[in-house]
Amino acid sequence: MKIDRRDFCKVVVAGAATALSGGVAEARPPKELPPGAVGILYDATLCIGCKACEVGCKEANDMPMDHTSCAEQAYGVSAVWDAPDDLNSRTMNKVKAYAQGTAEVKDRPHDGYSFIKRSCMHCVDPDCVSACPVSALTKDPVTGIVQYDPDACIGCRYCQLACPFNIPKFEFDKPFPKIVKCQMCAHIQAEGGIPACCDACPTGASLFGRVPDLLQEAHRRLAFKPGERQSYPIHNLDGGETRMAEVHGYHPKVYGETETGGTQYLMMAGVPLENLGMPALGSESRARLSETIQHGLYQGMMAPTLLLGGLVYAVYRNTAEDREDPPEAAAGKAQKAEEVRDE
Amino acid sequence: MSEVYRPVGGKLLTRQFYFLIVLSLIAAYFLGRRFIFGIGDVSNLSDGYPWGLWITYDVVTGTAIACGGYAMAVAVYVFNKGQFHPMVRAALLTSVFGYTLAGASIIVDVGRYWQLYNVFLPQHANLNSVMLEVALCVTLYTLVLWIEFSPAILEAMKANRALRMLRHILFFFIGVGILLPTMHQSSLGSLLIIAGHKVHPLWQSDIIPLLFLITAITMGYGMVVFESLYASVNLGRKLETDLLAKVAGVIPWLLITYLVLRIGDLVVTGDIAALAEPGRPQVLFALEMLLFGYAILSLLSRERRIHPTHLFWSALAVVLAGALYRFDAFLIAYNPGPGWHYFPAVGEMMITLGVISVEIMAYLFFVKKTPVLAAGH
Ligand code: SF4
Ligand code: SF4
Ligand code: SF4
Repeated sequence: MKIDRRDFCKVVVAGAATALSGGVAEARPPKELPPGAVGILYDATLCIGCKACEVGCKEANDMPMDHTSCAEQAYGVSAVWDAPDDLNSRTMNKVKAYAQGTAEVKDRPHDGYSFIKRSCMHCVDPDCVSACPVSALTKDPVTGIVQYDPDACIGCRYCQLACPFNIPKFEFDKPFPKIVKCQMCAHIQAEGGIPACCDACPTGASLFGRVPDLLQEAHRRLAFKPGERQSYPIHNLDGGETRMAEVHGYHPKVYGETETGGTQYLMMAGVPLENLGMPALGSESRARLSETIQHGLYQGMMAPTLLLGGLVYAVYRNTAEDREDPPEAAAGKAQKAEEVRDE
Repeated sequence: MSEVYRPVGGKLLTRQFYFLIVLSLIAAYFLGRRFIFGIGDVSNLSDGYPWGLWITYDVVTGTAIACGGYAMAVAVYVFNKGQFHPMVRAALLTSVFGYTLAGASIIVDVGRYWQLYNVFLPQHANLNSVMLEVALCVTLYTLVLWIEFSPAILEAMKANRALRMLRHILFFFIGVGILLPTMHQSSLGSLLIIAGHKVHPLWQSDIIPLLFLITAITMGYGMVVFESLYASVNLGRKLETDLLAKVAGVIPWLLITYLVLRIGDLVVTGDIAALAEPGRPQVLFALEMLLFGYAILSLLSRERRIHPTHLFWSALAVVLAGALYRFDAFLIAYNPGPGWHYFPAVGEMMITLGVISVEIMAYLFFVKKTPVLAAGH
């Protein structure tokens, strides 16, 4: 049993070299917007906070009312209303208000307030889809809708950890729980309809359309001057319905145009979106980085296979004595142990 | 290398053992509640903190602590340190139970456990998912561990034919048993890459797989030392200080490599700037550095290494440092955004304590009843 590290080292070095070369290998290319990508443009300056969209969402998706809000619990009241504090496992769409200072004027960063409507962003390069071990979350190759299949899901909640917007919710209070998140009313769209929130919205603050058209519409709005009266499409960008409204002025940004590699749910507001609780994200998805590192290390299982070859060989050489059948040891009898040897 | 192993013998149902049984029964009660009323009934897990104590301790830290078998196999079979061979089997024992119970904890933690087998179905596999790799690797390794450990059971059963057969193929499983932890111990760190900004910049890193791998190996060696000292004190075994000092001698060099990589990466990415702000993460970071630093300094000198008391505390520091690093990265310095808080609920802690109790009971049972510890040293 003499040391013969040289052969072994060769193999290990070969394996390590393959693994390391992966580190500098090309990054996985960013994902492109699917050809028939549909989405929602939310314009906080048009939103009046009526929550018709929330009601529409619950109806369309058969979701129960929620009684977990702080106010209800503090006062011990609970009635026929629905009053969630935030997105949760009964609420896939939530309108929230943010106030600053005296909160006098709407859509103004200082001493102003603004609404924000939260739901799944239907990312172009979704972290949740990359994370899910069993493909329970998938991105439709045509519409780009990120959908959930409970029959595949194991409930590991890695999608919750991965999503930069904390969107997937989990039914912690049920013995047979599911993940809950907006699926852009895919079942209604399949029958030619539009998402329930956009259908319910009276002001056009939630507008359905194809993503490139929505982006164009968003940039048209960014050019508006505060105080002007402008025509705004409502419900469906292609539906032909419009309404006139006064322009409140925009913070010059379409949130979701680049964030985490782009999203199909786009947002604009009179105040910076970061003030409304949206994370400041880079233009690259974490999924891309994670996959680049992981696939870089594994090189399509090449590196582990090489390493395994080296390891098995090394172990084989170093266990020659173990493989011989000792005359008595097999009987399991206690013997005097061999002296411990130094190399 | 043909040592003979012998059961330690002695009474199994000691007072401590009854205490462990009580702990497991309490855990069983909470487990019942978890499966009847749901995860929320016994835990403080939330949509902001979907992973809590169970994943962070039972799986991420628990399997790292259970890396003794892996770490010893690397030393004995890869670097041909034959003199450590008598310690392999005891190390394997802790690994077997660490991993088996980590696997069992996953069934508790996962919400839709009755569909867990989907992980093994190719039509569901998502090869981009770090989680898939971890799940498959850990499952496979648990099986391999049982095969590696099976000679001890077969010897106890006097199943000589099976033993003889096994002896000729075992080298293959030992090889696989070194590859798999290399893969999943690093991937346990990679799990966090996708969480991006939720993981504090002092822990979020592109080289996190390497950092997790190195600390897992040091924790493995740390546990081997710790457990040998425990066995010598509590099971009346002769102390093998010389051998333990040799095992412990590897640790400081691994830890120095780890610190150079970790701090170097922080400097290169500029994330080191986060240290300038005062706050809880910075305190935790300093605490980690203290533990790592203490372990390195006290294990570097041979005089201290052969001193059982020093050895005990330094081995403990190595394990604690690695554990704190994992807790910080996954939980304490994990921030999903304003409004979310997490501290484990009583039920959660009791279940984890129960898991640890079962682990210790299994260890005692096997050490006393099967030939695990090398005889006559
Ligand atoms: S917002 Fe979150 S849940 Fe929705 S697609 Fe993006 S990563 Fe997935
Ligand atoms: S909880 Fe379900 S959907 Fe989310 S990552 Fe796990 S298996 Fe996928
Ligand atoms: S329905 Fe429209 S206006 Fe009303 S809260 Fe929802 S987005 Fe705002």
